[in-house]
Amino acid sequence: MYDYSEFDAAFVAERNRQFRQQVERRVSGALTEDEFKPLRLMNGLYLQLHAYMLRVAIPYGTLDSAKMRQLAHIAERWDKGYGHFTTRQNIQYNWPKLPDVPDMLDSLAEVGMHAIQTSGNTIRNVTADHFAGAAEDEIADPRPVAELIRQWSTDHPEFQFLPRKFKIAVTGSPNDRAVIKAHDIGIQIVARGAEQGYRVIVGGGLGRTPMIGKVLSDFVTQDDLLPYLESVVSVWNQIGRRDNKYKSRIKITVHEHGIEDIRARVAERFKLVRPAFSGVDLALFDEIKAAFAPPAFRKAGTESFDKAYSADPVFRAWADTNLAAHRAPGYAIVQISLKAHGATPGDATAAQMRVMADLAETYGHDELRISHEQNVILPHVHVSDLPALHATLKRHGLATANIGLISDIIACPGMDYCALATARSIPIAQEIATRFDELKLEHDIGELKIKISGCINACGHHHVGQIGILGLDRAGVENYQITLGGDHTHDAALGQRTGPGFSADEIVPAIERIIETYLDYRQDRQETFLQTYRRIGMEPFKSALYEKARAHAAE
Amino acid sequence: MPRAFTPKVVTANALLEGDVVYLTFDDRWTRDLAQAELITDEAHAQLRLLLAEGQPDQVVGVYLADVTDGPNGPEPAHFREDFRRSGPSNYRHGKQAELSDV
Repeated sequence: MYDYSEFDAAFVAERNRQFRQQVERRVSGALTEDEFKPLRLMNGLYLQLHAYMLRVAIPYGTLDSAKMRQLAHIAERWDKGYGHFTTRQNIQYNWPKLPDVPDMLDSLAEVGMHAIQTSGNTIRNVTADHFAGAAEDEIADPRPVAELIRQWSTDHPEFQFLPRKFKIAVTGSPNDRAVIKAHDIGIQIVARGAEQGYRVIVGGGLGRTPMIGKVLSDFVTQDDLLPYLESVVSVWNQIGRRDNKYKSRIKITVHEHGIEDIRARVAERFKLVRPAFSGVDLALFDEIKAAFAPPAFRKAGTESFDKAYSADPVFRAWADTNLAAHRAPGYAIVQISLKAHGATPGDATAAQMRVMADLAETYGHDELRISHEQNVILPHVHVSDLPALHATLKRHGLATANIGLISDIIACPGMDYCALATARSIPIAQEIATRFDELKLEHDIGELKIKISGCINACGHHHVGQIGILGLDRAGVENYQITLGGDHTHDAALGQRTGPGFSADEIVPAIERIIETYLDYRQDRQETFLQTYRRIGMEPFKSALYEKARAHAAE
Repeated sequence: MPRAFTPKVVTANALLEGDVVYLTFDDRWTRDLAQAELITDEAHAQLRLLLAEGQPDQVVGVYLADVTDGPNGPEPAHFREDFRRSGPSNYRHGKQAELSDV
């Protein structure tokens, strides 16, 4: 794992010192809220509905046990004993008090963590495939380049006052698990012969104007990558709209100017930018790559796994659902569900964080990942350790076997916490998960991605949910719109609206009617919800949602 | 005919804790909506808002929220204000826990 240098540590310490003074000046009245707000946002501190909220960066979702334990310590010492893992692979604390935040930041710095550029109009925390370094289908680990981009973008003098926030995601696999087409810039590692390079996708994004990213360049070489990215952000920084915050993201710039025009401007800018990159970034990249060298994978028998798999049906169900294929023989990727039926998606208690840290240290080469799907990943576990690991997870409410199923729901904090929300999302997720658990249907339904946002800003990625749910305020009442057919993978697609929305009471029965329709129409158990939807289209679902409901009401 | 004035309270978040607070008739900040001053007149509402905005050392994000006149004091007119009054619905955190602790 990459360790921050003394330079990084000094930089974070200096920022924390500055922020401590800024907080003191705000409390004393020397700074107004208007003056203070951009400063606190630059350090990840929001004011939400009931309290402040501190968003801590987890670069490319990677943690070790020491970092996870410190997150647990912070949750207990300064918050209410839990943290919320987000769709941007970060963690949020929902209840910090303003005078405590400088201490929380110092505490984070002790383990090389911070909250810098987790908010504000800057280049945000770089996200990556949560299976990085472990996935069977990977061309290269995306984290070294994500770290290179993090270092380049942190405190970048040209990019501290961008038209709006800017998000970059990286995948090293052709199977995209990082939703790169819904980012301002999505980067895919590709190979051309023996040479590794990057496909650069630009102008994706969700929110009120969802767009699927477009390919800006099919192959950018390693030595051109940072100057190329700098050129893209620089072009947008100049021509991106600052008159209307709803039109300021690069997706609108690309949409309004056209991808050809943007490509020409980037090429022009690149000529000026490129000579400034002397190759220092390449030397740095080599150093970073070395820090991400794979662990020494162990060779061992798999008898204990095979025995537990055949003898214990609970273990088998969990193994079938929550493991993913690893590149090393005898190893598996473990996905720990933070979606126990009826629990808040993405929340973990301090005790659970410590358990996961212990498991990573004991069985997982000391590595943990946070997925954008709000689960925790142990990327490198030998299968012979899985029975013991699963037994520990069970004791701590962490063994829910539902990864990729209907109850593995992405949900934003919604109106329960967020100042921007127009409706709640968490209780809808809780009710759907509980309902389908009661019906004992979720394993029969199979792969299904439900994503819920509590406002049009789409933090819950509802546009790319196979079933997307958007909570709105309709004349003072919570109302939920449904979209179908969204796809967050390399075949990224935006879901289509079914029609009028449903009240909070009606939304779970509506989801049930969608599922009944799928089960009625699917050709066999192998045909997933998305495949069935693509084959039969919207009409049968619409009919189930609206006509059957009307017929029922008329009875 | 002028539109009827929807009753209001002055609300904000406490600077240090972030808690939702409401202005009382005697110029204090309370965490209990029922104890807030019910404002029934537009001109008075603007005066109270000005007074609250003049206290940036105590509160953040001052605004007027619609309420109704309930038997035990002001009540939220909108579900957002109902959550602000009580706390999130997934945990018994926030005011719903703290006020019942008193």
